[in-house]
Amino acid sequence: MTTTPATPPPTIGSGHEGSIRDQITGYFRGVRQGEMGALPAIGGFLVLVILFSFLNSTFLTPLNMANLLTQAATLMMLAMALVFVILLGEIDLSAGVTSGVGASIFVVLVHNYQVNWIAAILIALLTGFTIGTFIGIFVAKVGIPSFVVTLGLFLGFQGLQLIIIGTGGAYRVETPEVSAIMNRNLPIPLGWAFLVIAIALAVGISLWDRARRTRAGVANRPLALMWARLGAITVAGVLFVGFLSLDRAVSRGSLNGVPIAHNAIEGVPIVVPIAVFILWTGTFILDRTRFGRHLYAVGGNPEAARRAGIKVGMIRIIAFMTCSTLAIVSGIFDASRIGVVSAATGSQIVLSGVAAAVVGGVSLFGGRGRLTHAAIGALVIAVIANGLGLLGLPAGANYLVTGGVLILAAAFDAISRKRGGGALTR
Amino acid sequence: MVVPVIELTGIVKSFGPVDVLKGVDLKAFAGKVTALVGDNGAGKSTLVKGLAGVQPYDGGSVKFNGQEVNLHSPREASALGVEVVYQDLALAENLDIVQNMFLGREETTFGTLDEGEMERQASETLQGLSVRTVKSVRQKVSSLSGGQRQTVAIARSVLKNAKVVILDEPTAALGVAQTEQVLNLVRRLADSGVAVIIISHNLVDVFKVADYISVLYLGTMVASIAVKDTTSDDVVGYITGSKTYEGTNV
Repeated sequence: MTTTPATPPPTIGSGHEGSIRDQITGYFRGVRQGEMGALPAIGGFLVLVILFSFLNSTFLTPLNMANLLTQAATLMMLAMALVFVILLGEIDLSAGVTSGVGASIFVVLVHNYQVNWIAAILIALLTGFTIGTFIGIFVAKVGIPSFVVTLGLFLGFQGLQLIIIGTGGAYRVETPEVSAIMNRNLPIPLGWAFLVIAIALAVGISLWDRARRTRAGVANRPLALMWARLGAITVAGVLFVGFLSLDRAVSRGSLNGVPIAHNAIEGVPIVVPIAVFILWTGTFILDRTRFGRHLYAVGGNPEAARRAGIKVGMIRIIAFMTCSTLAIVSGIFDASRIGVVSAATGSQIVLSGVAAAVVGGVSLFGGRGRLTHAAIGALVIAVIANGLGLLGLPAGANYLVTGGVLILAAAFDAISRKRGGGALTR
Repeated sequence: MVVPVIELTGIVKSFGPVDVLKGVDLKAFAGKVTALVGDNGAGKSTLVKGLAGVQPYDGGSVKFNGQEVNLHSPREASALGVEVVYQDLALAENLDIVQNMFLGREETTFGTLDEGEMERQASETLQGLSVRTVKSVRQKVSSLSGGQRQTVAIARSVLKNAKVVILDEPTAALGVAQTEQVLNLVRRLADSGVAVIIISHNLVDVFKVADYISVLYLGTMVASIAVKDTTSDDVVGYITGSKTYEGTNV
């Protein structure tokens, strides 16, 4: 047996040490080794935006961009919902019809039973919560693959929705507050106020993180890097809110040199702060709480999680609950945008949601991915539909291109991972 | 007479009609490495699972530092400071070293993960074991070699004041250099005052690292000997049942 070496062991780093230059090279090393995150999706999004803005003059107008956001919001919400179960390596094929059931329950309660709209939304959310619990128990306790359970619900809920709505029926959404989510905008000052709150929160959390690391006595990344990151967020936020604060109503021309009066359309769509809040809260939970850590662990290696004392079944059930509940939110968004709830609401969207998550860089094998990835993926898919629509291409082209982008994204991810083999950075 | 950290007496365990453990005695001492050897089916895993609280014994006494204790759940075992590093390591590859070491016992402040604190403790534990093969505690486990993973698994087991660490075939899947590293680590682990129980089929490794050898044969402990008092040939004899140990057990 050899003895312990006389020299002390070298200190073990954490990737937080070194200058800004070290940090940047460390980041790119990670990227080269396959830790791409949402980079391919962001790249794809930018390429598509540039492409469409050359092909069609309407594309980059504030009106269309705001339109794009609301078009994307439903899918974004559903994709984010799905992330919670996809991270476990599970799937929820019923998320789309769950969103439809939620929208149906909401609209029927308001329309036929004169239920207060807030109560109706809460009842719809509670329904989602119950559905998720049901799926979770069947997957985690009974032991049926989630694919099978949710396929059963996918088929069954289409019938349930038909029964709730009534054969061939459709209901108009006549609740102004709900219609407003997708069709109205925040007053301009309120949009800026939300931005200020968001930035203040980001600064506060960054500083708190540094303080905690300092107290623990471990290395912090250079302070300048933190401010650069926050600065970039601020610039992006200001551009975003500023752009949406422009009057985007289509000009009605002028008469005798005087512009014809029109109602201004300006401000951040109401759906944006709602979606951002859910995105931020979800990300906070996944990144910074024990539940989030355990969710990733169960997705990576359920046996390891079980041996570490994690209640794997409970984590699964909570993930399905979250997914179904957020799916209902997506259903309400859809009802708000379309203005009508029918028996077909939500029946088509679930696979697009899965596609959005995958395009954004969420792994279907579990354990890898973030909510922002799904949100960006949803933007990519929405931009394809929006852009091709403006070009006047038939709907068939949309499906073909979306499918192609999905395969391209998956191939890109697989190749970069194979080439990298592993990663050194977090 | 030194009081063993773990003392098992007359342990029995059966699965239906099959008696897997037929009155087994085992001792493990602080600062010493005790090798548990035996052929496949001798009952090594069953003995260890009982110690880990995963599969409670049917009968017999378990003493921890001389006190009679019950081991009915992994939580009880863990509370006593008994940790098991299984052969398949049970690491989540998508998480980094710190995250794996603290899995299931994360440090939090105000309900949120205290990454700095966990990072510091993980680094200190690794440095305390003189680990020199790991560059960053924030490396994902997927990027680590087999030996590095074994290191992480062992470091995780001693993170929270382990008194007894049980290693199941820690060198089974490793190359020569990495086996050497892991055996060094096992030695340092014992030197730090932990009672180490190591299960291995590799007698060369056992003779390199162990202080005592306990041989299981068909559910019976046929020999418990100090390494310096025996030879590899004798141990092979006890394992296969072709030789009988005549001396007194440790």
